[in-house]
Amino acid sequence: MALLEVSDLTVVFRRRGEAPFTAVDGVSFAVEPGQTVGLVGESGCGKSVTSLAIMGLLPRRGATVMGSVRFEGTELLSLSPRQMRDRRGRDLGMVFQDPLSSLNPVVSIGLQVTEVLERHRGMPRRQAMVEAADLLDKVGIPDPRRRLDEYPHQLSGGMRQRALIAMALACRPRLLIADEPTTALDVTIQAQILALLAELVRDTGTALIMITHDLGVVAGLCDEVNVLYAGRVVERAERHELFRRPRHPYTHGLLASIPRLDAPRGERLVPIQGSVADNIPWDHGCAFAPRCPRALEACVEITPHMGEEGGRLLRCHNPVQENQEVPA
Amino acid sequence: MLRYTLRRLLQLLGVVLVLSMLIFGWLRALPGGPVSALLGERGTEEGRRELTAQLGLDQPIFVQYGKFLGRALSGDFGMSTGVQPGDAAVEIFLQRFPATVELSAFAIVLAVLFGIPLGYLAARRRGGWLDNLGVVGSLVGVAVPVFFLAFLLKYLFAVQLGWLPASGRQTGGLEATRVTGFFVLDGLLTREWDAALDALAHLVLPAMALATIPFAVIFRITRAAVLDVLDEDYVRTAESKGLTTDVIRRRHVLRNAMLPVVTTIGLQTGALLAGAVLTEKVFAFPGLGEALALGFERRDYPVLQLLIVMAAMVYVLVNLVVDLSYAVIDPRVRTR
Amino acid sequence: MTGSVSRSGARPPLLGGRKERLDALAASSGKGDAGVSLAASAWRRLRRNPVFLVGAAIIVLFVVVALLSPWLAAHDPSARLLEGQVSRARNEIPPAQEGFPLGGDQVGRDLLSRLLVGSQQTLMVGVFATVIGLAGGLVLGTLAGALGGWVDSLVMRVVDVMLSIPSLLLAFSIGALFPRPSQFTVILAVATVQIPIFARLLRGSMLAQRGSDHVLAARALGVRPRAIVFRHMLPNSLGPVIVQATLVLAVAIIDAAALSFLGLGNPDDSIPEWGQMLGGAQNVIDSHPSLAFWPAGCIIVVALGFTLVGESMRDALDPKNRR
Repeated sequence: MALLEVSDLTVVFRRRGEAPFTAVDGVSFAVEPGQTVGLVGESGCGKSVTSLAIMGLLPRRGATVMGSVRFEGTELLSLSPRQMRDRRGRDLGMVFQDPLSSLNPVVSIGLQVTEVLERHRGMPRRQAMVEAADLLDKVGIPDPRRRLDEYPHQLSGGMRQRALIAMALACRPRLLIADEPTTALDVTIQAQILALLAELVRDTGTALIMITHDLGVVAGLCDEVNVLYAGRVVERAERHELFRRPRHPYTHGLLASIPRLDAPRGERLVPIQGSVADNIPWDHGCAFAPRCPRALEACVEITPHMGEEGGRLLRCHNPVQENQEVPA
Repeated sequence: MLRYTLRRLLQLLGVVLVLSMLIFGWLRALPGGPVSALLGERGTEEGRRELTAQLGLDQPIFVQYGKFLGRALSGDFGMSTGVQPGDAAVEIFLQRFPATVELSAFAIVLAVLFGIPLGYLAARRRGGWLDNLGVVGSLVGVAVPVFFLAFLLKYLFAVQLGWLPASGRQTGGLEATRVTGFFVLDGLLTREWDAALDALAHLVLPAMALATIPFAVIFRITRAAVLDVLDEDYVRTAESKGLTTDVIRRRHVLRNAMLPVVTTIGLQTGALLAGAVLTEKVFAFPGLGEALALGFERRDYPVLQLLIVMAAMVYVLVNLVVDLSYAVIDPRVRTR
Repeated sequence: MTGSVSRSGARPPLLGGRKERLDALAASSGKGDAGVSLAASAWRRLRRNPVFLVGAAIIVLFVVVALLSPWLAAHDPSARLLEGQVSRARNEIPPAQEGFPLGGDQVGRDLLSRLLVGSQQTLMVGVFATVIGLAGGLVLGTLAGALGGWVDSLVMRVVDVMLSIPSLLLAFSIGALFPRPSQFTVILAVATVQIPIFARLLRGSMLAQRGSDHVLAARALGVRPRAIVFRHMLPNSLGPVIVQATLVLAVAIIDAAALSFLGLGNPDDSIPEWGQMLGGAQNVIDSHPSLAFWPAGCIIVVALGFTLVGESMRDALDPKNRR
């Protein structure tokens, strides 16, 4: 049995006086215990909303969540807020994008770590402090005892993110969701944090959902990759498969727009034209069609279905051919 | 922290210096110049000449300013000419100070006690009836002239219903033995319960009138601050940790939302004296505000001079206290 | 009514919190990439905001009445037409009657006519006090913000000290400077209090912009400093200044009433003004509360109108609320 099974997850936002907006449109994927799964796409593709829906963190008013999220066989979407509260932080942990704004500025690092331990593992404050120092040590924060008394603004960006990871992993959750955990950090720090995540996940056997717009992050970390576009999964494949032979024109485009050091001098990057704002909804044809270099007549008329071929899922009428290498 | 406090005290010194110049300039600009201003209409020709010499008005302006400072520092602000003719201005200040402190403290406690919880509830149920009522109420509350509100309260609860006394600080014959000058406290200290209760009853209406604007402001700031904090990423982090709603509210929402509220409480406290001028006049409450009101009416410049300086000093001091307490609550200020 | 109060820490005018409020307001200027689009988007949100619409309706009605009051009033507001019905001994004032729907005041003048005509002086006090305060603040704030250095330090020290005296108290002190109060001294007293407020607002706005990209770009292009101040910085400060001016109008009307209440108002009541009417009614309020209630009601409604418009404009200009 999969650890987490998301099927047909749909999230609709309704605001007074505005048309309902479908942020996630029938997303399905599964995470096996200990596996690392990537959710990749541009901002606005629904990857963050997906993660918040899994965590039960979407606002109760204004957001409608449909479909199914099964965690170890339990349907999370039908749990009461209180039951969900018991699971968050214990079974499911989450690391957010901006470590500075995600930490409470007026509460010491120590208390922010120990409060999880007190809540879910019933530790008394003293014991929790010892454990917290241990946790900070594990995530590579030097001099952890002193750090416990410090406040977020006294830590560097990388240290803050390490502290957040320590909090998320404090109760050894079986699933960790990392939502763009490196985006707000310096490049050198990014690599360190990714290495740390990879190491922790390997050592603790925690499954990880990695949410990012950065294919580079995915390449180093994920077992399986889901590429999202306009609220739907457009391509899913094993990591090496995906990088070697991207089939969906969108995936292909994403890879082609990454600068590569080994590319011949003078070669141009190939950007994807337009932006998500040009999207048409999935009801009439493919949402990516207006930006797609391979769009056919059919693409604007018939909504493509998810098809499977050789362990790969693909939602496209005119996929990139197998023999076409990534231009590089 | 110590250096911060010292720096702030130094700044305070600068403010007082500029303030003294303003007051000095104000005295010179008064109708008839400082001599008639200080002596009032009752000054004799002889007294005039004497005071002119004493004030050194024939000397260069810098010398005059220096003498003014010297007199002010020694607490000599002259004799009252209108409020309590013949009494030293400082005497009047000392007499009336406890009354206004008692009233202001009661008012600000009322404002805080109602403003913060209601502001918090309004924010939690944004768009609910309490929120809408509170927002409309706080906007209207600010548009009502304070003295009119005082009249309204007095008319309703004292004149029409007769529930509470209409004026003064205590009923004749019920005076508590003076210990501190704070009548409620004195009554409690000397176990003269009826006197304490009587003094408290006299405080209720003026305190309500005085508390209205601080209440409206504290309500709105609390509401706005809580709404802001509820949107913060760290509240989402706290939710993602599965903490109990109680911990999230206390530790993560309220503690952060209180930062701007503390500033507001301080600023409102410092500015209370302006409202007290109007409120105390309506209720004939013998405090500093009434002295100011009488002083303005009767052009009692020695008293005005002293009380305005004190008002500004209190305002600045309260601000200092607020900034220091801010440093206690907010580690970002403390450990800078 | 949701969201009618600025979430960035709206404080009502006149009482405390001025420094922080002004700085926050000042910082909101010059954040838009282009003044036009900011104003346009603000206007779009305002048009649908019921708070703004109610406030604007009150203001429009107030101004129309003020302009037309000579024709609207049935009687001469200073004529003691009902003097015969006033009795000092029996503490009586003329009751409501045919032609005098609100009755007369303590000397027998028609109350309704006085209220109608009073709107004119009230509007005048508000507008003049605001304009004078704004002009003074504009000069000081622009000098401090544009020149910086010791000019800035000096101006701001004085401004800070003025702000450290509770504003009403400051207005009273200014009012007390004049041996014979008049409408003019009332306006001057109320206006002076606003000068440091506008000065701080404008200076804050200037400082916020000095380091901003559009000013840096203008400097890099070699635009003369004076042109930068007048063409690039001042127009961007306009939004916060308009918001503040609207709020000040309400404050001015209320402050003028407080001055009258303390005997620092215009003693000549042949041309009525609401604050003066309210202040003048204090001695008869226990026996004839209506003489205070009517002008007070007018002041409250009009002050509320300006406050609603000011607050909703501040909300609309707040970059945090842009969607």
